[in-house]
Amino acid sequence: MYLLILWLPLVGSILTGFLGRFLGHKGSGIISVVCVCLSMFLSFVAFYEVGLMGLTHCILVSSWIEVGILKISWSFLFDSLTVTMLVVITVISSLVHLYSLEYMQNDPHLPRFMSFLEIFTFFMLILVTADNLVQMFVGWEGVGLASYLLINFWFTRLAANQSAIKALVVNRIGDFGLSLGILAVFFTFQSVDYFTIFSLSPLMSDYYLDFGGFKILALTLIGIFLFIGAVGKSAQLGLHTWLPDAMEGPTPVSALIHAATMVTAGVFLLIRFSPLLEFSSTVLNILVIFGSLTAFFASMSGIFQNDLKRVIAYSTCSQLGYMVFACGLSCYNVSMFHLANHAFFKALLFLSAGSVIHALANEQDMRRMGSLIKVLPLTYALMLIGSLALTGFPFLTGFYSKDFILELTQITLNNNVGSTQGVFACWLGNLSVFFTAFYSFRLIYLTFVNSVNATRTMILKSHEPSILMLIPLILLGIGSIFIGYIGKDLFIGLGTDFWKSSIFSLPSSAYFIEAEWLYIQLKWLPFILSTLGIVLATLINITKTHVYLYNTLYRNICFLVNKKWYWDVIYNRFFVYPLLNFGYLVTFKNLDRGFIELAGPYGFSKVIPIWSRLFSQLQTGQLSHYLFFIVLGICLFFLIIFKQIHLLIFYSVLIFFI
Amino acid sequence: MWIYINSTNTSILLFLVSLLGMFLNQKNILVMLMSLEMMFLSVSFNLIFASIYLDDIVGQIFSLLILTVAAAESSIGLAILVIYYRIRNVIVVELMHLMKG
Repeated sequence: MYLLILWLPLVGSILTGFLGRFLGHKGSGIISVVCVCLSMFLSFVAFYEVGLMGLTHCILVSSWIEVGILKISWSFLFDSLTVTMLVVITVISSLVHLYSLEYMQNDPHLPRFMSFLEIFTFFMLILVTADNLVQMFVGWEGVGLASYLLINFWFTRLAANQSAIKALVVNRIGDFGLSLGILAVFFTFQSVDYFTIFSLSPLMSDYYLDFGGFKILALTLIGIFLFIGAVGKSAQLGLHTWLPDAMEGPTPVSALIHAATMVTAGVFLLIRFSPLLEFSSTVLNILVIFGSLTAFFASMSGIFQNDLKRVIAYSTCSQLGYMVFACGLSCYNVSMFHLANHAFFKALLFLSAGSVIHALANEQDMRRMGSLIKVLPLTYALMLIGSLALTGFPFLTGFYSKDFILELTQITLNNNVGSTQGVFACWLGNLSVFFTAFYSFRLIYLTFVNSVNATRTMILKSHEPSILMLIPLILLGIGSIFIGYIGKDLFIGLGTDFWKSSIFSLPSSAYFIEAEWLYIQLKWLPFILSTLGIVLATLINITKTHVYLYNTLYRNICFLVNKKWYWDVIYNRFFVYPLLNFGYLVTFKNLDRGFIELAGPYGFSKVIPIWSRLFSQLQTGQLSHYLFFIVLGICLFFLIIFKQIHLLIFYSVLIFFI
Repeated sequence: MWIYINSTNTSILLFLVSLLGMFLNQKNILVMLMSLEMMFLSVSFNLIFASIYLDDIVGQIFSLLILTVAAAESSIGLAILVIYYRIRNVIVVELMHLMKG
């Protein structure tokens, strides 16, 4: 049964991919949805058995690579962490499958789309169920590949091609870090199995490696490499530029890949390696700094984006920052809880955005929307639920995880990371709550509440989607309301033994009890900030206050933020173009076509005619010159006969003159 | 100084002078033929001297043969020269470069 969770999406993918021509739109849709839904029900059963009943499974399928001490096998580990991820992935995936049946119904390539979605689900499942790093890497690369295929689904569009390549290449940077991490793990532990690594990491906590002449803690080095992998996949600051551009794919793809599953793989990796990261405070500090910077930067960039999906993409990026710095604060279970909750409300937001886009005939610019509350009341309600959950409105899903993360940042006394970093995370995290509320409600106002900016025909034609699209939306809406409350005690409740040994944090860094006893004012702070954000968005959008804001400074800041702080421009100017120029001018033109060709065939073919012309020019036709050569030849002959040693010198002198 | 002026050195000197006469001459082919004759002369002189020195008749026989060969050679050479002059109306060595590479 456990393996069936994995194989069902693969079987569905192969069927719809290879037989899509014969199955047709309906057949391939039904097959794919049935496969993924079966997988979802089985993963519910797995969640019941493993998570609730506490029966951790590890299924050894077969041996894969056995070379010397390197033993890698195909074996699947189902512990609490894995089954939580399984439930998240399969639920979101099945709802997205169901949703895309109607969203993509007019697309001629629906079977291909379904096949890609399912292969993505399969690789994601491989990623989370692996019990060694190499098998995990299969899934890791597989989801990268699937994301390429899915972003590039409308392959005739140039923008889709570009952003798919960008996503793949930027991810590959992180993958390189991860593969270095795998090598470092194997060098340190002589094994890539999770069990071995995690059992040995306390022993290895003072084991130093020589890295480029520096002595560095092995666990720190491994942690940094794994973090580089997570930076690429989870779009942390530095390699985040691919995520907003990946919105070129169809909306269900954005919901599945860039909200719920693929970007969470990096965070999942960090949570999975909690027994290792716990022993390196350097890595935890890095996680806190990068995570909080990502949360702040992405939420700040989100506020003046005009693309409906791009706003949500930036909010994903920012929420991933929250998850990463929660990992850095050693609260892996909170991070995991936020991951699960975030999957629900972010998928809801994306799918509602898809519903809006669907209703408006693929119009994505928020400035050309407005007043859709009368046309799409249900979508409005669902989007509002999603936005409120995202801003951490009390008693919705986001409240239970996000506000708890923010409360955890308020404790700066007994941190295992430096207190400065704790304060850093606290400030940036709280500020990004404000921005999150602002852009969520700016989106709501621009799309649904403000007076209409779309054309008359568009509004007349727009309508609520049919039941096939509404079912996933409503289910996700219910999830966004209740999942946090239901899962709270199970995932992060005081003294819960749900995680068992799948998540480890040092007893000295377990301070969630202190978080419960914070001052009540501090506990209110995130709510007040998000309310402020909502109020500000309201003031700007539905009153006349914006008149006072439209001065040059405000416009400049708007422009800067709208251009994503020129991050892409800077990357292009300083990294991409110099690298491309280096590749073309130096390595291609100067080295490949230049030096090596000159020393090789091109150079020979150039030199030999010159030499032969020189030799033929020796025959001047002058008798005295011929005589000279005859005499010279005789002299040479005598030299060869009598003084063998001088011969070489003579020849070299001769060649030099020629 | 005087001990260097013996028969061997004289003949070698004569040979080298004739060689230089061939090398340095860019104009006149007659001078070239003359230095060729001088070369034969130096060689036969050297052979005669060697035959006296070694008390062996073979050297003198060889020098007699060289005389005849040189005579035949110079006659043929002059004949070629005359034909060449008749065709091209010039016997300057510099301008004999029809076989230029």
